Amino acid sequence: MDSIIEVNNVSKTYKTGFQALQPIDLSIKRGEIFALLGPNGAGKTTLISIICGIVNASGGTITADGLDIQRHYRQARQRIGLVPQELAVNIFESVWNTVKFSRGLFGCAPDDAYLEQLLKNLSLWDKKDSTIMALSGGMKRRVLIAKALAHQPRILFLDEPTAGVDVELRRDMWAMIRRLRDEGVTIILTTHYIEEAEDMADRIGVINKGQLMLVEEKHRLMRDLGRKSLTVHLTQPLAVLPSPIDSETVELAADGLSLSYQYNTAATDTGVAELLQTLAQSGIDYSDVSTKQSSLEEIFVSLVEEKA
Amino acid sequence: MNTYGVKAIYLFELARTWRTLMQSIASPVLSTSLYFIVFGSAIGSQIVSIDGISYGAFIIPGLVMLTILTESTSNASFGIYMPKFSGTIYEILSAPVSAFEIVAGYVGAAATKSILLGLIILLTARLFVDYSIAHPLLMLLFLVLTCVTFALLGFLIGLWANSFEQLQIIPMMVIAPLTFLGGTFYSISMLPEFWQKVTLLNPVVYLVSGFRWSFYGSADVHIGVSLAMITLFIAICSGLIAWVFHTGYKLKN
Repeated sequence: MDSIIEVNNVSKTYKTGFQALQPIDLSIKRGEIFALLGPNGAGKTTLISIICGIVNASGGTITADGLDIQRHYRQARQRIGLVPQELAVNIFESVWNTVKFSRGLFGCAPDDAYLEQLLKNLSLWDKKDSTIMALSGGMKRRVLIAKALAHQPRILFLDEPTAGVDVELRRDMWAMIRRLRDEGVTIILTTHYIEEAEDMADRIGVINKGQLMLVEEKHRLMRDLGRKSLTVHLTQPLAVLPSPIDSETVELAADGLSLSYQYNTAATDTGVAELLQTLAQSGIDYSDVSTKQSSLEEIFVSLVEEKA
Repeated sequence: MNTYGVKAIYLFELARTWRTLMQSIASPVLSTSLYFIVFGSAIGSQIVSIDGISYGAFIIPGLVMLTILTESTSNASFGIYMPKFSGTIYEILSAPVSAFEIVAGYVGAAATKSILLGLIILLTARLFVDYSIAHPLLMLLFLVLTCVTFALLGFLIGLWANSFEQLQIIPMMVIAPLTFLGGTFYSISMLPEFWQKVTLLNPVVYLVSGFRWSFYGSADVHIGVSLAMITLFIAICSGLIAWVFHTGYKLKN
């Protein structure tokens, strides 16, 4: 898969001296869903804003579909759509006019049939003549998506697209994002909802304090950095762990009825077999064994805390 | 050239005029009519003529200027300030439009509104005073250049302003006083010699004077000087706007 966005050594330092982005290199693959995760103030929006031309970088270069975003800004920007984090939309305009405005602004000839289909896909067609101020928060966010897609971009940035929307709408948006990806649109999203990244992203980037800490395939990231937890449910309460079980790696529950053991799934010797063998040799009976894979959220939190 | 982009901004801004018709057109026409009644008829009836022109007719170019200077400035400043205030500026900045095209859309729309307003005021004045235009093409040229110049100035103010108060301060505290003191209601030759020289520091004098010349063929300042000054104002405002876009000052963090 070739790359559609190349970020080379891009940094941002504000006049106040605050360094929002340390030099960053990032490559986004064509047709993927890339999730950029990071806590508040990590630099996610700054990076997106620089790529979209809203904020000037202090250094570095960026290409979009092979086009330098400075030298060939017209062609580069025509390929990019942006859904901002804030509900920034002219509330006095009608839905139809604002979407039409966006299409024209991005240099596209009028195409009412396309805009009609777009609004229908976003369940906004019956609201096309409504002023935006009359719409709910979720509807306004859909309008922002419609505006970003009005010029048929090949790259779509979604900055916290589901922040503050209800569960049902969030599910709708996820479905829409997947549909866009199926149509060949490359999606880059930032999110606080790690569940969102876990559910949708092909690759994940973690950014913290302006530094891109890692970029990895989601499944590989969860396999390499993810830990599994094994819980052994005992038939009789246990007072102390039998030797040679290490109390630093195996934890006995307060009621003595279960043991839990954390292990790395990528390790050649996970230690699970030895643990179960030791229990059997010690005459400790168990009724059930269960395992749980750590979530992306747990991986993310441990990464951010580790580098903090 | 992104003509669709320029057209989108231009039409969007003009649409705002129709949404706020009373504020955009009716209000300036009403206040200009009141000026004609008070200055043209009530006070003007006590003044026989200035340079052989009836007082009512004499003040027409000045009154048109008074309105279009403030309207060009406020329309353009409001036009670009609102996207900054509401956050929708992100869309303009991320669009494939050049600085020139953005300015053409916003300033073009603000100037168009003011030109229409100037023409409407001229028609309204006809209801109160009988006047003639000696050089109609030059009058139109002056009208267009003045509207564009002050729309450029307004655009700069909108880019610079951080609050609605700052947005109003220059039109209210600078442009309106300069217009009143720029020969709107009198000829500067009526002033003592010292104040005549001081008045020549007021850029609005050259606009009012040039515009008046296009009506009556006589003015306080030579028409060539007026045209040169207005060209200089356009160059200064354009240069400053180009600098703002180049550096991203108050626009791109």
